[in-house]
Amino acid sequence: MTAPFSQSVEIGLKVNGERVRRTVDARRHLIDFLRLDLGLTGSHAGCEQGVCGACTVRVDGAIVRGCLTLAVQLDGADVWTVEGVTETGEIADLQDEFVARNALQCGYCTPGMLLTAAELLDAASTPDRTHIREQISGNYCRCTGYEAIVDAIEATAAKRCGMPVPALKEAAE
Amino acid sequence: MKPSPIGYVRATSLAHALDLLAEGDGEEKVLAGGQSLVASLNLRLIESPNLIDINGIDDLHGIAEDGDVVRVGALTRHCDLMACDIIARHVPILSEAAPLIAHAAIRTRGTIGGSVANADPAAELPACVVALDATIVLASKTDGERRVMASDFFLGLFETARRDDELLVAIEFPKIKPGERQSIRELVRRSGDYALAGLAIAGPTDAPRLVFFGVGDAPVVAAGAMAVLADGGSVDEAALALEDDLDPADDINGSAGYKKHISRVLLKRALSGDRQSDAA
Repeated sequence: MTAPFSQSVEIGLKVNGERVRRTVDARRHLIDFLRLDLGLTGSHAGCEQGVCGACTVRVDGAIVRGCLTLAVQLDGADVWTVEGVTETGEIADLQDEFVARNALQCGYCTPGMLLTAAELLDAASTPDRTHIREQISGNYCRCTGYEAIVDAIEATAAKRCGMPVPALKEAAE
Repeated sequence: MKPSPIGYVRATSLAHALDLLAEGDGEEKVLAGGQSLVASLNLRLIESPNLIDINGIDDLHGIAEDGDVVRVGALTRHCDLMACDIIARHVPILSEAAPLIAHAAIRTRGTIGGSVANADPAAELPACVVALDATIVLASKTDGERRVMASDFFLGLFETARRDDELLVAIEFPKIKPGERQSIRELVRRSGDYALAGLAIAGPTDAPRLVFFGVGDAPVVAAGAMAVLADGGSVDEAALALEDDLDPADDINGSAGYKKHISRVLLKRALSGDRQSDAA
């Protein structure tokens, strides 16, 4: 067998509904592929060892760690990033709640947090706060202390089901 | 960090993967879920490896019953274990263990074959495999399939009985029988972390196998405590016997004494069947 291993490979996949074909280095992980090759900078590279969750994106219908997925593995895959789900309006209500409830400050974790929360909202109609915290346990936020993020996800779930929505918390004077 | 340059090939069939392993130099890395491997590449703990991507091999997928056994393909993802009725009915410890592994986004890709072949001493699935006395099915070009009992498979820290030319293709689990129990519990500082200590239990209700993880170089069978239970001893006596069964190392997560202490607590809680009672 002659040199079966390649350092770069051509892949064809769909990103946010658009067909993309590129030759990528085998060492390129999905987040660098999205950010550096496609210019989709909404997904963030944080720890690059699978701990922080800033790189969370959706591949073939389920969230993955973008930093622990090599782009070469994604031939034929269907990838959605925060840009895509923003454009389709799929998570507009969730994003509105994040803004209304100050569920972000620096925003670095937010794209990953949104996609992680969106998966929970699709799977469970009325997740309780423990369930929400478990779902986002793999997404670090160093600004908010998580409380407002949990509020935003809980409120989005309530609104989608026509349930009473927890009141906005006013800033203390 | 970014990985150093990588060689990559997508195996198109099991035979192709076994050819690649047979003709390689033994330094190839098999890419399954990649949830530990790609992190190691990013950290450059592994330099310039050649990767054999097995994700496209259909033969490695699937969960099927075969008489008294459930055969789980190596590429079964942790999320698949959580959703599978056959597993829930016949190997319930795996349904219980899968949600303990990391986070949703990692369970989407991480595989049972990868976890077992990687043999991280703090991982849940290797301990389950040993507790259940499962059979690891390996395949190679020269020898075809080779079956290794779980108790002979884990040799040490990230070290197993798998030869360099072999691929882990499936794991065969005995079905739970009437009068048997299975459970797993662990202590973590945060949900999804590796366990400070954990315990997988499987077998006859009054004298099950007790396998600890996170407290040694590999899953640790607590033979002394098991013997106490088999002889009709009390849970407290079994917990005392752990003193000789376990020899954890001090590390940044806690002292050896602390890990032994929480191991005793896990055992008492597991055998009393109530997470809240019998607190330390």
